Amino acid sequence: MSERKSLPVVADAPADPSRRAFMRTAAAGAAVAALSSCGVEMEDFLRGHFKEFSPDELRHVLAKVERKNLERFGKKTTVSATGPRPGVEFGYGLDLSRCVGCRRCVYACVAENNPSRQSPQIQWIRVMEMDKEHGVDLAHANHYYEADAVPRPGKFYMPVQCQQCRNPPCVKACPTQATWKEKDGIVVIDYDWCIGCRCCMSACPYGARHFNWATPTLPADELNPHQHYLGNRPRPKGVVEKCTFCIQRTREGRYPACVEVCPVGARKFGNLLDPESEIRRVMETKRVFVFKEELATHPQFYYFYAT
Amino acid sequence: MSGAAEFVKGSARLLVTGGRAYKAWVAALLALVAVGAIAYVHQVRTGLIATNMRDQVSWAFYIGNFTFLVGVAAAAVLLVVPAYVYQWKPIKEVVVLGELLAISALTMCLLFILVDMGRPDRFLHVMPLLGTPNWPRSLLAWDALVLNTYLLLNVALVLYLLFKTYRGEHYDRRIFLPLVLLSIPVSISTHTVTAFLYNGMAARPYWNASILAPRFIASAFCSGPAVMIILFQILRRTNRFPIKDEAIWKIAELMSYAMFLNLFLLGAELFKEYYSATEHLRYTQYFWGGLDGHRALVPYAWLSLTCSVAAFVLFLIPRTRRNYVTLNLGCLLIWAGVYIEKGMGLIIPGFTPDTLGEIYEYTPTATEWAIAAGVFGVGFLVFTALVKIAAPILVGTFRAPERVAAPGPSGAGFPAH
Amino acid sequence: MRLDTHALTILAIVAAALASPPPAHAAGGNPAASPAGPTKSTKSEPSPEPANGAKARETAEGPRTPPLIQAEPPPFSEGIFPCSGCHVDPGDRTRRELTFHEDIQKVFDHDSNARWCLDCHDAQNRDVLKLASGETVPFTESYRLCGQCHGDKYRDWRAGVHGKRVGQWDGQKTYFLCVNCHNPHTPGFKGVKEIEVDGKKTTAPTLEMLRPEPRPLRPEEMRRPVAPKASTTAAGGR
Repeated sequence: MSERKSLPVVADAPADPSRRAFMRTAAAGAAVAALSSCGVEMEDFLRGHFKEFSPDELRHVLAKVERKNLERFGKKTTVSATGPRPGVEFGYGLDLSRCVGCRRCVYACVAENNPSRQSPQIQWIRVMEMDKEHGVDLAHANHYYEADAVPRPGKFYMPVQCQQCRNPPCVKACPTQATWKEKDGIVVIDYDWCIGCRCCMSACPYGARHFNWATPTLPADELNPHQHYLGNRPRPKGVVEKCTFCIQRTREGRYPACVEVCPVGARKFGNLLDPESEIRRVMETKRVFVFKEELATHPQFYYFYAT
Repeated sequence: MSGAAEFVKGSARLLVTGGRAYKAWVAALLALVAVGAIAYVHQVRTGLIATNMRDQVSWAFYIGNFTFLVGVAAAAVLLVVPAYVYQWKPIKEVVVLGELLAISALTMCLLFILVDMGRPDRFLHVMPLLGTPNWPRSLLAWDALVLNTYLLLNVALVLYLLFKTYRGEHYDRRIFLPLVLLSIPVSISTHTVTAFLYNGMAARPYWNASILAPRFIASAFCSGPAVMIILFQILRRTNRFPIKDEAIWKIAELMSYAMFLNLFLLGAELFKEYYSATEHLRYTQYFWGGLDGHRALVPYAWLSLTCSVAAFVLFLIPRTRRNYVTLNLGCLLIWAGVYIEKGMGLIIPGFTPDTLGEIYEYTPTATEWAIAAGVFGVGFLVFTALVKIAAPILVGTFRAPERVAAPGPSGAGFPAH
Repeated sequence: MRLDTHALTILAIVAAALASPPPAHAAGGNPAASPAGPTKSTKSEPSPEPANGAKARETAEGPRTPPLIQAEPPPFSEGIFPCSGCHVDPGDRTRRELTFHEDIQKVFDHDSNARWCLDCHDAQNRDVLKLASGETVPFTESYRLCGQCHGDKYRDWRAGVHGKRVGQWDGQKTYFLCVNCHNPHTPGFKGVKEIEVDGKKTTAPTLEMLRPEPRPLRPEEMRRPVAPKASTTAAGGR
């Protein structure tokens, strides 16, 4: 079985890639000189969409990412493109009655997913401190709380990350199909297809999408070499990124990094199609809610109160 | 096409010759473009962090300017409607000038999108056939399509008309009129689709109001003609353009109605927000009164309102709209009012507070100002060049060589002055 | 191919689990027969998964229940275990202020008006705990003791809803014990620290609450970095 076979089957794949390839080649002729002088490689300029890659092309592209990683960080990495597993739809549960707002998840995510560290600092999880008396009220959310000890009296904490919507406004907004929802529910981005228009950021109701405002700053010794093409591979400047439920881990059966680090066990993860999974137990025995349900984004990320 | 080479040569000659004022104007614009280019090189090297946009406010000054200019582009051609309805004799001239303005405004629009892109090198990805445009779901893909269609339509129309007139031939009404009439719905749809781009985002309650597209059209009816009025006066003076006072006053009158509609729609929106006072009020509050001590936009909000109301009054009263001092003052006020309202006043409060309630007060950096100035420089340069070529053709002083000997303008429906 | 190998792994794990002898119920923290294979240290039989349900599923729908591994319990205070080192005979069984175990008495906050040591610690054999039924359980199965009163939490914990699990969402996972996060003498959650027991990472409850990690940078604080020369080309990393 080839690697390609495990990739998503796309019903609405753009028609007739060969014609488009021809058009690209024809049209590109004029632009070649101009772009190559700007350091843009012809191969990148002319490549097709991720979903159109043949198994050979995909292997080639993955090898290229590994080569680039080596050049950029002097470190050997493995970049996979493991596809979604049939019969699996990921679901995430977050127990608001447990979360103490310690932000361990934020930094476990940073260590796992290779985002830019400073200027811009990109963190896929944002923990908000809220007043118990106001409930979930964004007008009273404090994103920048600092304390000697958490939880602080009268406060509760609400971490937010990509909600992997079933009806994702970001995917709808993207003008180039550079972001899409995979069969297992993960909304992914091809960082080599994104044009950086940031429509998706305007469309996302959860502030889950982050932009590389400058070349990401990522020290080589902090690079996580275990990478996925649609997940934590290092990003270039000028593209959007977001939580992928740690696609490089979860597609291999592991828990996401934020789940494993949570010191209070507030984070639950599993297969929504498996009635015995932890997330299904949560949904069946607890009262769950989704964030901003009025927008009908239908997240695969559920909040609940276990007590 | 015979004479094309001559046409190009003649046009080039027109561009490099001109009075002192013309040369100074062009030099100033070139200087602006140079400043913008330097700033853009800097932005490309460092990334968009050279702007003050951040994840919280991810579109800002560039996109604000873009939105304003889409309005200008759309409204310029809308002048065709009154010209047609009131059967002005120089309808062709009005159409051509409107289209020239549309072409330059669209150039600026596309440039503003370009400078806002994180990866302009990947522009092919949004092209039909070459890339994978997200049809038909993405409004930005739609926007790219209608903007480019509108641009091509205008270029085709203008070229056809000008070249025909240059050669002293009759334009074919069976080609010309349908294209002109087609350009009207296309111009409205460019603006509507741009409004829908914001309107369609449920994540941003400030934009997610169905009144947005009508407001866009109403304010466009003000800002576009304001440019035209000033342009008509300049051309009247420099090229002896036969635009009657009555035509200009008529436009000003129509603008006052459009401004009334614009203010009315604004009032309707403000009433709904303040009276229902839901959590969605916060964005409107931020713009008009400040939020939690953040008041960066408040002076601009009231300045914009003042300008718009003042212009409305000036254009409503017959005496002031017939006085060229107050008329031109009104045009400037309208520009200022709509520029603030459609630019920063529309984009920034949409992001403030952001989707997680955070307030980040955005103000443009010097780089953003410089790049925006450069884009406006390009736009005005394009407009100046186009008018510089078009006006002599329309007045009949720039003609195909074989016609030079022939008497005056013929058959172009151009009334004697 | 990925799927096949995955299925094989699961099969192998389950086969190993079935092949290994059922661990003795009261074997305590140190089962005599450590099962070979990937299930390394399955310590005690009553895993958090409801046993009967698990069995039923295995037979009805094939091997689906993932193997569960118990995390290392936090260590006892130094020199305190085995308790029988000091407590040789039952001694005085009346409820009273003790003159020793001050550190425990000082923090004791577990229905302290109605409860004292011998409600949970077995008077005869101080190295085990005692259920209400009189049955004794080893310290490694303290959750059974906790579950007597905290039935809802116990149920949630066995389903993986309360408490933490690490490992594979679709396979082998390690579950943590009540005492990995709750000090049994003052069980209200305060904080935990990561520790290592027998070379394995686990957690222990603390009496101090957690200190949050640094706040994110505000957008105003992110300024253009002093761009290293090479970054524009190489690290532009396309």
